[in-house]
Amino acid sequence: MHDNSSSPQPEKWVGKSMRRVEDVRHLTGRGLFVDDIERPWILYAAFARSSFGAARIKEVTVEEALKVPGVETVITSSDLGGIPGLEPLLERPEFVPVTMPLLVGETIRHAGEPVAMVLASSPHAAEDGAEAVSIEYEPLEPVVSLDAALAEGTRAVHEGMNDNVLLDVIDPDDPELEKILEQAPVVVDATFDSGRQSAAPMEMRACLAEWDAREDTLILHTSTQVPYVVRTAISDVLGLPQQRVRVVAPDVGGGFGQKCVVGREEVLVSIAAQRMGRPVKWTEDRQENLTAAFHGREQRYEARAAFDEEGRLLALRTDIVCDVGAYSCYPFTCGVEPLMAAAEMPGPYRLPRYWSRARAVTTNKVPMAPYRGVSRPQFTFVMERLMQKAAKQIGMDAVEIRRRNVITADEFPYESPTGIVYDPGSYLESLEKCAEVMDASGWERKREDARSEGRLVGLGFCCFAERTGYGTRAFALRKMAITPGGDNARLRMDPSGHVIVSVGTCGHGQGHQTTLAQIAADQLGINPDRITVRQGDTESTPYGWGTFASRSAVIGGGATKKAAVMLAERVKEVASHLLEAAPGDLSIEDGKVFVNGSPDRFVSVAKVARAVHVEPHLLPEGELGTLDATAGFDPPGTFSNATHGAVVEIDPETGAVRIDRYVVVEDCGVVINPMIVEGQVRGGVAQGIASALYEQLIYNDEGQLVTSTLMDYLIPTTMEIPPIEIFHLETPCEFSETGAKGMGEGGTIGAPGAIANAVADALSHLGIEVDRLPITPDRLRAAIKESRAHGGVRL
Amino acid sequence: MKPAAFEYRKASTVEEAVEQLTQLGDDAKLLAGGQSLVAMMNFRLVRPSALVDVKGILDLQYVEANGEGLKIGALTPHRWIETMEDPGVLEGFSVLKSAARWVGHYPIRTLGTFGGSIAHADPSAEWCMLATLLDAEMVVVGPGGERMIPASDFFQGFFTTALEPDEMIIEVRFPEPAPYAALQEFARRAGDYGIVAAAVALDLQGGECRSARVVLGGVSDVPLRIPEAEQVLEGADIGQEVFKEAGQEAAKVIDPPSDVQGTAEYRRDLAATLIQRALTEAVAKVKEAADAR
Repeated sequence: MHDNSSSPQPEKWVGKSMRRVEDVRHLTGRGLFVDDIERPWILYAAFARSSFGAARIKEVTVEEALKVPGVETVITSSDLGGIPGLEPLLERPEFVPVTMPLLVGETIRHAGEPVAMVLASSPHAAEDGAEAVSIEYEPLEPVVSLDAALAEGTRAVHEGMNDNVLLDVIDPDDPELEKILEQAPVVVDATFDSGRQSAAPMEMRACLAEWDAREDTLILHTSTQVPYVVRTAISDVLGLPQQRVRVVAPDVGGGFGQKCVVGREEVLVSIAAQRMGRPVKWTEDRQENLTAAFHGREQRYEARAAFDEEGRLLALRTDIVCDVGAYSCYPFTCGVEPLMAAAEMPGPYRLPRYWSRARAVTTNKVPMAPYRGVSRPQFTFVMERLMQKAAKQIGMDAVEIRRRNVITADEFPYESPTGIVYDPGSYLESLEKCAEVMDASGWERKREDARSEGRLVGLGFCCFAERTGYGTRAFALRKMAITPGGDNARLRMDPSGHVIVSVGTCGHGQGHQTTLAQIAADQLGINPDRITVRQGDTESTPYGWGTFASRSAVIGGGATKKAAVMLAERVKEVASHLLEAAPGDLSIEDGKVFVNGSPDRFVSVAKVARAVHVEPHLLPEGELGTLDATAGFDPPGTFSNATHGAVVEIDPETGAVRIDRYVVVEDCGVVINPMIVEGQVRGGVAQGIASALYEQLIYNDEGQLVTSTLMDYLIPTTMEIPPIEIFHLETPCEFSETGAKGMGEGGTIGAPGAIANAVADALSHLGIEVDRLPITPDRLRAAIKESRAHGGVRL
Repeated sequence: MKPAAFEYRKASTVEEAVEQLTQLGDDAKLLAGGQSLVAMMNFRLVRPSALVDVKGILDLQYVEANGEGLKIGALTPHRWIETMEDPGVLEGFSVLKSAARWVGHYPIRTLGTFGGSIAHADPSAEWCMLATLLDAEMVVVGPGGERMIPASDFFQGFFTTALEPDEMIIEVRFPEPAPYAALQEFARRAGDYGIVAAAVALDLQGGECRSARVVLGGVSDVPLRIPEAEQVLEGADIGQEVFKEAGQEAAKVIDPPSDVQGTAEYRRDLAATLIQRALTEAVAKVKEAADAR
């Protein structure tokens, strides 16, 4: 039990592994996703997409497409009549805004860009029509790699620009840093790369737009994490007032960030429904999702870190380059990866001096959007590799060097060199616990014993701090024209004493219907099964920013708790008339409002609800109306933390990496539902292992994605992911209402660093540096061979 | 990922299937388990004008050992091979059962068929490799009746076989038991096609190898026999040294492709390693057999 709660109620439901309310419908196939929604007289959309990575469009011919049976119409750029594309903005002088056209009419900037939208009476006919659209191209030299994009004299991806840099920020600057690096006794210097990935949600993008003539309103059902953001974008582009656009997210089968931005297809389908006066549905397929939906994670870090002889970090210099693809994502912009990386790179470590340059570089590839963890899996991998390299250089144990550098209990609140304030966490404690569980002290002998048998085994650690629950002040520092932050919850008790919790957050698989009900249930003294959580509908929920950046438990949960406390007060106020006692003398528990000290003087919550609604004659005059409460919550941001540990064995002949053990010691403050938290950790670790060992979107020199199916883009399955042992520490957040910290992204953040360090440890005697993700068997095998032949290799 | 339009027919006998193939012309395809064909149609990589669905011909689901050889009905699901228990079959053909675990994922193994995989002719498919390794014969029926095609003639290139457009495989025959055979494969994920796969069969007398067969998958457009590796083994005293040499010999003579999963050099290394491992597994069966006796 934590002591910072404003709650007068004992916590009965928070902390329990309640079964997820969502599971029955999802596990029995009765969920309602966008594609499950049917409408009479509907049209299906399919897109003719560019087969070139960079080209000028000479001509688009739609005659053949119009002849395909079932095709109703084909819309091209010239039919859009000057409707603008999506142009997200940062209010920074270093930022170059670019517009993502809805349909391309002139310049193709990545393979898979939509050129024409075909509307037909069946999905098959729509695809036949899309195939029959003829596009004549004048190919341009594609700008595919970071190196090419940054090279002198390379063609600019966006005409009118002199280079391919959309954002270039030096922050913080530190004129003395070079001197410190020159004079430091230990300097580690390396370049790190991470592969491009897709969030690859199980449900791909999908939307259904229809025009409601009765209310003269556009209704868009879309698979999104951010209904209100989608509403703003569509309202702006279509020139409709916001109240005439309703956006609904039904069940959403995962998003991981790919759906916290607005896709042009969502806007186009809305335009089509408005024009045709008929419902229009688009359901993305997997190949389209891989070739046209947002990517992320392709980054390079040139890092230099200085340490003293005792292994204490003195200074860090990083030059961060993010390949953001062809456009900025709405609303976050292409700054989301580089700015996150620069601001939060120091992680859980005490860093006296820091210099960072962060750039967003545009290429002829699919645009980047935030993907679970957003840069943190990459810079944590970099920091943790730097720690490991420094330890090796000094001859120090991997745990010891971290022990000397993590921020400790007496230093909180700690302010980082980028001005971010860390609330208390358990950085040292999680490290010690993980080291103990992994038996780190006896590791070296085990590794040497294995080597003497010709086996390559390694142990790796990864410590990280995960900033979550970003409120307005935190986001405002990014300088986005559209700045997310706080969120709202509205609770309403019905005449039977049941409660509807409406929130602006928008769960898409995380179990919010369960956890938010647990939070409200404790405050209202009723069973969670009497609480319905409503989310994902701009008509029926209070204004809010949706679900991303590990914000919902902290912000949505905080708003829910505040509103629940207010509603409980209101229930007591009404009950005080029925019980003839002062509201302050009442408590609510097990569905009853009772007089403190006299448990038999009670009235049921249901009776209170009934009195307010249908028996107002029992109450004093003026006690009419409803039982409801609305509250907002906007925290400054709070840090979760964890240490991950991994043991791997490498097959030197095939280069295969097998994970023999995986341990997570995490601290997300008060755990609302341990089962759900552990599920989030496991899913996150699986995606992190994917970054470390499996997934990479690869473009060839022509700008074609060559990994465009799940046979080539290797999402690991349950067969590849080992059992994950999870341990919890609880450092309650001091200002999050519930004591909880966000934790939706942590698993993805820790795994790449832990796996890379374990692989590096296994190969430490071979001089192989593991500085590039993913670590693939062919490269690993080649490095082992090369090292045996010639010595040190950068993998 | 919706297929181009096609006509759908259902056949309930082999004769009916062949008749329909003849009527529908060269662009018609048979649909069995659909585990490769349907995906390729959804990608529009293939566009058959018509499908003749033969899934309902249940007479073609069987695994029969008669005396020496083994007969597998063309529509037998992979899962049947994976779970077969008949000691008469397992004695000579346990390699089929142990190789079945490499075939795709569980749902693929329950739906996909033995004959379907052979007809699809992916050069790294386990059944195609074992057919080549063990000199299997495909029993096919066409408008002119039945004929037999040996594996060495059957596989002609990527997804290309000696089958005529109006012919259907009804059975695959493995003529002789192969008690000392094994298949090893390497893929980055369980269930994927192997980047490289190696299948071996040995005829052993005491510690000496009288004859050997070595087949590689994933290194060429067909399951590839490697006579150079076989020669290393023939007449040699079996053991890790000669196994390694056989693998290295194979690595020298193949000309595998390079792609995002690995370079040609990596595939050569894998070929050597997997041949060595498959030989080790095959020989371990000698010991198992001895222990069983």
